[in-house]
Amino acid sequence: MSDPITPTKTSTRTRAPAFWINTLLLILLATIPPLLFITGQPFWLDVFTRLVILAIAATALNLILGYGGLVSFGHAAYLGLGAYAVGIPTYHALYGGMDAIASFNGFLHLGLAITISALFALITGAISLRTRGVNFIMITMAFGQMIFYAIVALENYGGDDGLTIDVRSEFPLISLDNPLTLYTVSYVSLLLVLFTVYRITRSRFGLALQGSRSNEERLRSLGVDCYRYQLVAFIISGALCGYAGFLLGNFTTFISPEMMDWTRSGELMFMVILGGAAFLVGPVFGAAVFILLEQLLREFTIHWHLPFGILLILSVLFFKGGLASAIDRIRVNARQRPDGSQQ
Amino acid sequence: METSLLLIQLINGLQLGILLFLLSAGLTLTFGIMDFVNLAHGSLYMLGAFICASLTKITGSFVIAALLALPLTALCGLIIELVVVRQLYSRNHLDHVLATFGLILCLDTLAEMVWGPAGIAIPLPAILNGQVEILSGVVVPTFRLLIIAVGLLAAAGLYIVVNHTKLGMLIRAGASNRTMVSALGVDIKTLFTGVFAMGAALAGLAGLLVAPIAEASIGMGNEIIITTFVVIIIGGIGSMKGAFIAALLIGLIDTLGRSYLDDIFKLVMSAEAAETAAPAVSAMLIYLMMAVILAIRPQGLFPAASR
Repeated sequence: MSDPITPTKTSTRTRAPAFWINTLLLILLATIPPLLFITGQPFWLDVFTRLVILAIAATALNLILGYGGLVSFGHAAYLGLGAYAVGIPTYHALYGGMDAIASFNGFLHLGLAITISALFALITGAISLRTRGVNFIMITMAFGQMIFYAIVALENYGGDDGLTIDVRSEFPLISLDNPLTLYTVSYVSLLLVLFTVYRITRSRFGLALQGSRSNEERLRSLGVDCYRYQLVAFIISGALCGYAGFLLGNFTTFISPEMMDWTRSGELMFMVILGGAAFLVGPVFGAAVFILLEQLLREFTIHWHLPFGILLILSVLFFKGGLASAIDRIRVNARQRPDGSQQ
Repeated sequence: METSLLLIQLINGLQLGILLFLLSAGLTLTFGIMDFVNLAHGSLYMLGAFICASLTKITGSFVIAALLALPLTALCGLIIELVVVRQLYSRNHLDHVLATFGLILCLDTLAEMVWGPAGIAIPLPAILNGQVEILSGVVVPTFRLLIIAVGLLAAAGLYIVVNHTKLGMLIRAGASNRTMVSALGVDIKTLFTGVFAMGAALAGLAGLLVAPIAEASIGMGNEIIITTFVVIIIGGIGSMKGAFIAALLIGLIDTLGRSYLDDIFKLVMSAEAAETAAPAVSAMLIYLMMAVILAIRPQGLFPAASR
């Protein structure tokens, strides 16, 4: 079967920007939001918390989209599953029923979020990975939407109207009710997830995954079972995304099926591509640009989706390789301009 | 009594299937011929509904409005093709998906700016608004029958155009070997634009047919587009025949599942459990069916020969 998707050919060529640019971004994320909070701007801490949580989800997606070349269009479902893994046990702890899971215990919520997401990724991945290209995009999308409709139909948990999480996940020593603590937890989680993805991509497993993106047939002839590598990567990606969903549920304290609508999956994909696929910190750049731009445009007009959509289209048309390659290009230009050599 | 209800549900399912076919036909055309994935197809469906709603208000007649809305939706498709889509043919599918996703945001917001956030209902003329008794005891709204008839006519028209006209010959030739067609002196760009506009008109037709039943609303396209994807995945991407059969199948299964699944569940579980489980499962039914079909045949039921 010829794969109609040339697996992000542009982005494989992108060189990651200098180490210090990535570090700068992570340091800025570690310092600015808490400073804003202390100086009496709690609103901006909220914006940054959302940013960091979505950056985790986008990093998880990058593992399969960027490194694996598998365009999953259903990753918002995992955000939703993770969030409902907080919401449903809390609901039962408050209003009775389902004694097995009724609890405020954060470890239980976390465990549920990751297990259910991994399980969902296993089942849907096993089926969708049998296909390639456009089929894969549409099938992941359809499976994501399946969960969306399933939650809408569960009227016990608010259905379409959503579910309020009255009590956040409880952990010993820390309280997620404190916005600064929640931000710190999210930020540290982001670092951990980045580190995990980094280790994976440098491992033999990660090399096989990246190899399956560039040339699946060659890898298969070398005796590598691409399907298994891709499926495991798909599961890891789903579980990490479910973890982001767990944080998102604790952050928003109001969850609804809307957060797993397929347009949300599209936004996650955009974060990955905007930052530069298959570049470790790319999704963090992407999420930062995405969320801050959204916030900025909202200030000007309620119809912010229009300029936003136009920017998205323009970025696809003229901004190949995402921010990563753009930064790289600037760097190369700066270095080469003095002697007037080529771009 | 029982059978009459079943018949009514069958007709409803058929009607949904026909609408899904009109939508998936447009997607199949653009994908099969131009290898282009268009997420914004649902937005054209929405535009068809809104344009028809406005024109109904102006002209006072649904029929005239519908006849005018069709070329207008095609015109919208034409403009979209010229401005955005044309730049994307040489790109990969990921770029198609991302750019048309941006397009959805633009079109939905534009529609909201023009028509407002609330939905618009379309009043039907008395002659279409009635009900007919097709068998004794089986009463069906006339308009639903009209949808089925119009949809089948469109399907037949499409079949004739694709298989028995010069345009159709070019379309089929373009689908199997684009470079060759272009080397033989056919203006492939114009052909692509035309086909895209045709797909837009089909989506618009589906939209304006559904609007009198469900009203025109922002985001109506984003819901149905996923179901349309399920249709073309099951049918086999790029296959018109597959799209037709899968559309009817999905339409029937979705409709029947929603009305009968709780009764079926009650046979094997307590009434209470059935009441809870049935809505969730019936909402997932078509996706579960897709999963089963793909597990057996990853390429769909009728994969297009050239791919």
